[in-house]
This record gives sequence, C-alpha cells and structure tokens, in this order.
Amino acid sequence: MNKPMKPDPTFHASPKLAMEAPPENFAFTVMLGKDKDQHDGLAVIDLRSGSDTYGEIVHTVMTETTGDEFHHFGWNACSSSLSPLSGHAFLERRYLIVPGIRSSRIFIFDVKDPLKAHIHKIIEPEELFEKTGYSRPHTIHCGPEGIYVSTLGGGGPDGTDGPPGIFIMDCETFEIIGRYEMDRGAQDKHYDFWWNLPQDYMVSSEWGLPPQYENGVVAEDLLSNKYGHSIHFWDLRARKNIQTMDFGDNYQMALEIRPAHDPTKSYGFCGVVVDTTNLQGAIFTWWRDDDGVWQSKKTITIDPRPEDPENLPDLLKGFGAVPPLVTDIDLSLDDKYLYVACWGLGEMHQYDVSDPMNPVLNGKVELGGIATEHKHPNGKDVIYGPQMVEISRDGKRVYWTNSLYSSWDNQFYPHQEGGQMVMANVGEDGSFSLDPNFYIDFPENMRAHQIRLEGGDCSTDSFCYPSV
Amino acid sequence: MEDMTLAALWWAVIFSGIYHGVNPGMGWPLAVSAALFERKKMAMAKALAMLAAGHFLAMVVILLPFSMMYFLIDNEREIRIGAGVLVVAMGIYLLINRRHPKILARVHPAKLGLWSFLAATAHGAGLMLVPIYLGICGLLVPSESLSGTGHAAAQALMSNNVMTAFLVAATHTFAMTFAGAAIAIFVYAWFGLKFISKSWFNLDLVWALSLIIVGAFGIYSAFGVHH
Repeated sequence: MNKPMKPDPTFHASPKLAMEAPPENFAFTVMLGKDKDQHDGLAVIDLRSGSDTYGEIVHTVMTETTGDEFHHFGWNACSSSLSPLSGHAFLERRYLIVPGIRSSRIFIFDVKDPLKAHIHKIIEPEELFEKTGYSRPHTIHCGPEGIYVSTLGGGGPDGTDGPPGIFIMDCETFEIIGRYEMDRGAQDKHYDFWWNLPQDYMVSSEWGLPPQYENGVVAEDLLSNKYGHSIHFWDLRARKNIQTMDFGDNYQMALEIRPAHDPTKSYGFCGVVVDTTNLQGAIFTWWRDDDGVWQSKKTITIDPRPEDPENLPDLLKGFGAVPPLVTDIDLSLDDKYLYVACWGLGEMHQYDVSDPMNPVLNGKVELGGIATEHKHPNGKDVIYGPQMVEISRDGKRVYWTNSLYSSWDNQFYPHQEGGQMVMANVGEDGSFSLDPNFYIDFPENMRAHQIRLEGGDCSTDSFCYPSV
Repeated sequence: MEDMTLAALWWAVIFSGIYHGVNPGMGWPLAVSAALFERKKMAMAKALAMLAAGHFLAMVVILLPFSMMYFLIDNEREIRIGAGVLVVAMGIYLLINRRHPKILARVHPAKLGLWSFLAATAHGAGLMLVPIYLGICGLLVPSESLSGTGHAAAQALMSNNVMTAFLVAATHTFAMTFAGAAIAIFVYAWFGLKFISKSWFNLDLVWALSLIIVGAFGIYSAFGVHH
C-alpha cells in the first residue's frame, strides 16, 4: 500500500488548530430510501465559496441493494490519528464508513476526490454476525487499534440474542477484527459512544433494542420506561465498564454523547429524548469529580408545547402536547455552543455552555415541527423537524437535515415525505439565524440523515493535544 | 588506524541516538503533549525521562544477549555475521510489512516508559545498534587473544563486553534524549503545535533501509575480523 509522506492536511493536532484550518469544501449527507424497497445513497454537496454550484448536490452514489437504511456514519481517520501513540500517523482521511442500520451491511465509500466518490468495499451482514455476534451497526469513530463501531442489536433475527456492543475494524483493510468489550458490566443496550483519548475513558449510551425501534416507537415500552436511560463509563484501553450511571427510569432514550473537545477537560453532555413524567426533553452534563468518580446533573430542560389533539399524530393525541424530542446534540470545537435539535417542536436551540453546569439559551431557530410546520425564510416547506446537526470546524456554520428514522418519521409526521438540508449562520457575537439562500431538497423518495464535512467536523474529530 | 575506527563507531552510536531522537515515532511529540496537558515544563522533563528509560531498556535488552554470546561461541565472525543478517532481516520485514504495530495503541497514554520500550523494540531500534556495538567490542579486545585463552580470560572479556553494552546504550540514549528534548522544547516554547503536522514526515521507508544498511555494514565488517 502506498503511504503518503506527510500527515494528512486534515489532521489537526488541537481543536484550536482545527478551527483555524481552511473551511469545508464539501458536505457528505447520507440519503435513505423512504421504505425498504428503495436504494440508499451518499450525496456530495458543494460548499466551495464562490462556486457556481455552491449549495447544490453535485454528485450522488447509490447502492445496488435495498432496505439498508443509512443512518450514522464516519471517517476512517480523524485528528487523533496524528498522535504518535496511535501507531498509524500516515493514514489518510479518505474513506467514509456507512452502515446500513436495518440490513447490517456496511459500505466503505472512497471520497478522496469528492466529485468522483464511489463505493470502495461492501461488508456483507453475515460477516459481521459471524465475527462479532452483533448487528445493526451505528456510530463510527477512529480510535486505538482501528475503527470502533457501535451496534444496536445482538445476534438472531430480531437482534435480541445477546447484548449489542462495539466492534473494531482495521483502519486500512476494513477487515472486522472482533468485539471490543472485555467486561461490559451492566451494559445491555447501546447507541452512541465517544471518548477522551489521552485521559483514556469512553462513554456509551442507550437507545433501545431492535424490536423497540425498527417498526416505530413502541408506546407501551416508552410509557413503562423500557428504553435506555443509562450511560456507561469505560476504561478505554482496558476495555472495561468502570461505572454505569442511571439518569432515572423516566429519562427515556439517552442518545448522543458529546465530550468536550479539549482533551484536558473531563466533562461532556448527553441528550435525553423524553422525560416520561412531563414530556420534557433534557440534557445532562456529566463530569469526573476529584475522586475520579463520574457524576451527572440535568442542566437543560425543554418544555413540551400544548396542542389540540386534532393536530397531533395518533401516538400523541392522548397527551394533547408536542414533546420537544431531543434527538441530536452537537458541541462546537471551542466547547462553547451546544446545539440541540428538538425534532418534535421544530426548533434548533443554541446554548452557551461556556459554563457546562449552567447552560444559557443563546439562540433559537424554528423550522418545521409537529403541527407548527414553520417555513424556511425562502418560503419553502421543510418537513419533519430539525434533526441531525453538524457544525463547521470554525463554528460559523451549522447544517442540519430532518429525518430521524424511517418508521419514526412515519409515526410522528404521518402525512409528510421528503428530505431537506439547511444551514444557519453563527455570528462573531453568537447570533444564530437560518441562511435564506441555503436550502437543499433531496431527490424524490429520498430522506436525509447524518452530515459529514470534508476535513472533519464537530462530531467526528477527537484530539490528543489541548488548545493552548 | 584502529583508534580512528573506534572513534568512528562511537560517533555512530551518537548519531544513531540523534537519529532516533528526532524521529517523532520515538516519542518527542508525547513530551510536548505532557507539557501542554499539565501546563508546566517539569511535566516535559518527566516525560522525557520516562521515554529515555524505556529506550535505554530496549537497547540493553537487545545488546546484552550479544555480549553474553561471546561466552558461548568463541567465533567472533560468526556472531557478527549472524547479527548482521538478523538486522537486515528486520529491515526487510519492516520494508514489506508497512503496517504499524497495533500493540502500541493499547498502552495507557500515561505509561510513557512502557510505550517507549515497546516502540523502540517494535521498530528494531535496538537492533540498529548491534553491528556498531559488536564492532566496538571487536576493537576493544584484540581478537587474537580469544584463541587459546582460558575460561577466566573469556569471562573477563564478557564482563568487559557487558560494560560496553551499558555504555553504548547509555551514550545512545543520552544523544537520543538530547535531540528529542531539543525539538520538544522548541515546539513547546516557540514553534507551536502546528510544527508537529508540518515537520513530521513518513520515516518508515528510510528507517527500514537504515536497518538494512547497518546490518550489511555489520556483515561486511565481520569479514575484516582476524583469526
């Protein structure tokens, strides 16, 4: 294999250097078919300033299979690979690992030349099942020894034969190496994970088991608090669960884990979709105390909005309210702003989290939403609500799409169909507003989920050097 | 004449130390990281000391068995040819297998001594010194005295060689630490972190070739040994 002589130009030693690097030229957004008979794909979006095709889809790569359901995805290498400890400093940030969350098929896209992006390798589901006993791959991070992939399902047809977990892939050949865990402790569900590499800890979260989400949210399970409500702290390199933190039964679906990017800090955030006692959305701040014990505190709550049951989908009619549904959060590289997607309310919140224990709501954008259906400033509709959010490295642009998960889209927004991606600008003073000229309508039958930015973004890159 | 060769070999020990020291793969970026994390320069000194300890140990572990070998095999040429072949083989292995050792990624970031030991061993840093070391041993004791001497003489020779092994490892490690520290201090105090990605280039190929050249030199020089 030919190796480059110099480290990849998108390897940034510290968050500060990543913020000062040239802005992103392209975005990569996964497209999922509206049902299991559709193909999925990767859309390449032009973000080169001054380009005639700025803000347009300039290339798409479609799969030959159907029913994969693209969801989350990630890079083969990020800024942490620059650390000499990693043992592979001359990797290129070149491949996107895109799992089919429904089929368990994993696609590797080569995006070295974004306009000629193509599928480099496909790992069939059987290989994953055989080598790991896991199914339904989800979050991707490049880490010690290779690429870490979290899964939502264990073995068997419905993914409930054994607990889900994390497996490791070789970061050069993309061979599946095997399971990560040596001691998973109380962890029996999975969703997201992230870490602090120099401090050698990892945090993982819980959504629910496949039967709880694949055909839509199961109301009985939700009301009896059977979705995940704990996060787990791991000794990263010892591969051991060192502490399980239960937020409380009512904090259903503890999803995105966002640690501070500065590796000297030992705190982060986790978003909770819904508090079943009052339909609030919640953000917990977690941190390590002086004795080395992990602690957490609910630092943000977002209230539901009362609504005439007539305007609500069947699932919510009985409540007479729209829950915020906090389905994604993202933290800027300077650890200053936390963006919180309220997929039900149709709002994107911007919190100043300079003091992580006392977040302050600094800005808000309204778009879509159950029963509100706020329009874009350009006058067009944006269906569903703000969902997967990605922040540019410099923190000045915030992009998001609107699909959550095919069967859940259909439940919460039963009469809508399509996919959009929008962008908001963040001023030097922190002002936060939609860009009226940035609006991408995805092709027919295509919905849009996670976004990755060329050269790295705020939910991808881990750093081994502090921003001093 | 022999004094000059001996001096050249000691210089080779020092230069190999500098070569290892400037190679980021031997750890100076970790010393920068340690200083940035703790925001004090003492942290860098501590990190450099741990890296040096690991490197020193990796050298000694490789050199000592060779010094013992004189006790078992009294044909110096065989030892030196064997060592040369081993070093060349390591170089060829690293040339073919360009994958980085995954084991390094499993080491806790605070265990710099262990990391340094493993990094040096995995990259054959100790082996690179072997032909130079054997050359020095060969010159220190005229090889004629090997034949026909008694058990006691061989033992004296071995302890002499053991001393030399420690001296070679210490000199090499000192040069390595000096070079690494100089870069680490410059990056920390003046150049900034950007230097790490700007200055670092892929040494894999050069490193593998260095082993092959040093090994070949070892084999070649073995034929100059008198019997």
